[in-house]
Amino acid sequence: MDTLILSRIQFAANISFHILFPTITIALGWVLLFFKLRYNRTGERKWMDLYMFWVKVFALSFAMGVVSGITMSFQFGTNWPGFMETVGNVAGPLLAYEVLTAFFLEAVFLGIMLFGASRVPGWVHTLATVLVAFGTTMSAFWILVLNSWMHTPAGFELRDGVVHATDWMAIIFNPSLPYRLVHMLLASGLTVAFLIAGISAYRWLRGDHAPAVASGLRFGVILGATLIPLQILAGDMHGLNTLEHQPQKVAAMEGNWETGPNVPLVLFALPDEAARENRFEIGIPSGASIILKHDPDGVVPGLNDFVAADGTVLHPPVAPVFWGFRVMVGTGMLMLAAGAAGLWFLHRRGATALPRPYLMALVGMTFSGWIATLAGWYVTEIGRQPWLVQGVLTTADAVGPVAAGMVLTTLLAYLAVYAALLVAYVGVIFHLARKGSFFAPPVTPALQPAE
Amino acid sequence: MFAPDVLPLIFAFLMGLSILLYVILDGFDLGVGLLFPFSEPEERDRMVASIGPFWDANETWLVLAIGILLVAFPAAHGAILTALYLPVAVMLIGLILRGVAFEFRAKAPLVHKGRWDAAFFTGSLMAALSQGFMLGLYIMGLRWGWAEVAFALLTAGALTVAYSFIGAAWVIFKTDGALQRKAVTWAQGGIWGVVIGMGAVSAATPLVSARIFDKWFRFPEIVTLAPLPLMAGALVALLWIALKRLPAPGDHFAWFPFAGATALMVLGFSGMAYSFFPYIVPEKLTILEAASSTESLSIILVGTLIVLPVILCYTVLAYTIFRGKATALRYD
Repeated sequence: MDTLILSRIQFAANISFHILFPTITIALGWVLLFFKLRYNRTGERKWMDLYMFWVKVFALSFAMGVVSGITMSFQFGTNWPGFMETVGNVAGPLLAYEVLTAFFLEAVFLGIMLFGASRVPGWVHTLATVLVAFGTTMSAFWILVLNSWMHTPAGFELRDGVVHATDWMAIIFNPSLPYRLVHMLLASGLTVAFLIAGISAYRWLRGDHAPAVASGLRFGVILGATLIPLQILAGDMHGLNTLEHQPQKVAAMEGNWETGPNVPLVLFALPDEAARENRFEIGIPSGASIILKHDPDGVVPGLNDFVAADGTVLHPPVAPVFWGFRVMVGTGMLMLAAGAAGLWFLHRRGATALPRPYLMALVGMTFSGWIATLAGWYVTEIGRQPWLVQGVLTTADAVGPVAAGMVLTTLLAYLAVYAALLVAYVGVIFHLARKGSFFAPPVTPALQPAE
Repeated sequence: MFAPDVLPLIFAFLMGLSILLYVILDGFDLGVGLLFPFSEPEERDRMVASIGPFWDANETWLVLAIGILLVAFPAAHGAILTALYLPVAVMLIGLILRGVAFEFRAKAPLVHKGRWDAAFFTGSLMAALSQGFMLGLYIMGLRWGWAEVAFALLTAGALTVAYSFIGAAWVIFKTDGALQRKAVTWAQGGIWGVVIGMGAVSAATPLVSARIFDKWFRFPEIVTLAPLPLMAGALVALLWIALKRLPAPGDHFAWFPFAGATALMVLGFSGMAYSFFPYIVPEKLTILEAASSTESLSIILVGTLIVLPVILCYTVLAYTIFRGKATALRYD
């Protein structure tokens, strides 16, 4: 294995581990604000119980996100020096604005939000909660601006092989940003919805029938059921945007080799890149043409259009994109079913009498948002290969001159740490769920400090 | 809108400021982690409580510093970080371990708390050692030879002890009673790390480069710069006397060791900045040569000049809200 592939695996491992936690904190910040406002308004203890439980998950996820994010800011330099050397004039200011407008805001006010409730007036604490939620969303905005620009670069010119910015509005609001931003924010909302529903269902099944648990269940199911149709719509529009700007990616997602009309929607296949065909294909006739062109005779691009005359392949590896897409959509369909069933049960039986098998299904789907989010990112990021910045810089040209053995050593170290932390994180969340959490009146001495 | 030659200098200053703030601020919370093995388990909750509201924001200064290096000096960024590949990885894993151990130790089952305390110490140690190692290697011109690595190992040890000193000074400032008395004894040991570290760096830097030697020892600089080492020496003496007498009745001067440690770090950093200027990669690449395009730097500077004062304001606000002696951390 060479430095390039090892560096790619290392960056993929880091960013996959990292994205798990912002996916939770982006939406959970706003959910915490909702719990807090409900408590301020109604004075019902269950909302504060919910806040106290989920703020712990938030603090833990936030810490995981921060430390794994620092890793990535360094890896630009240690493993991918060509990236900043070529596109630094665009990527630099975007990253700088993320640090300045988002990182400090969330980091400083997180301290006040977590530990300041007894030291500041109530409205300051609510404001701190707003600023933390706003900060995480701003952070997502800037990083998605940069990521979208790498897929659909705009507002720049090349001088001596180096990118120079010409129009910052065009850079920031580049063609794929609106779709990607909405898609990711909804993904975060869904991840949190199913996390809250799953953990609440777990607590309920263990006999914890506190009002906060029932409210958490109800909140998670309704949030998930509301967001999933929006997400399906947003995903469809994002796909059409990708078809316009990166047709080779859509061709790989659909597993379509030849450009033409009446392209089937492939449900199952084993894409074979050597033979350039699908094996064991099962599909719905003209399905892809209908979805992508809204017309059975619509012409859908095929992968064979992206092979140069000399045989150089200019499309991404097909199988991971093809399968990533199916895992994402499949998880989305499960969420749709779970959301619809949940609404039905809530309507007929209420949150305190949900059927056991349904609750068990929700527990099983606790981290389903993670699976869909990761699968979706693999589709879009692997789907960009061989480019790092579409049409401007290839991944191979950006990699640094570090010895392969050194990258392998650090990769193994990171993987070991990440695996251990992931086990610990999931373990602790279920531990917290078993322990439950109740809003203690301020006079009670803390049983476990620093919590 | 800004003169092309001035912009890189402004960014070099901002990067220096971020690194300095990072070394002081994360220095004290890394230091608190380094002191874990010397403390009793029941004292650790209070030590962690003293840094709880701050550590995350403290670490953000490192992200800003590396961000400026990345953004403003892309050529130097690649050269420095590929040369420091391994110590950077060790530091990152250390920072990951301690950042999450901080949260896990309070939330994991009680029987696992000791393990997370160990992870907190190990992470702090990895981060401190690797930062000291990188400092030494940078001074030696980023060369991986036996002598250079030996010197880097010396600075690694020295910076680690220095961090534990400023960490102990923070504990003196933020606690009272038996823990505060214990922290005074930690600081009495730690101050030697500061002396050895600053002494070694001051002695080695001019020897590595004739240019730096000349900058310090030619006339009139040898006279005009003399206050730097003299002030550092006086501060060390004052700190030594203070640590003999602390804790004082009425908790007077509990702030002094931390203020003194901060002043020492500012002095040391200024001396280093003076030595290396105008180079960003020692003796190879100057600030001006490494800078990125003027348009990009302008657009970042506008944002920085608006946002940085705001950041400083709300950072001060956070320290004001959590002023006074640290109590147990609670979410309500």
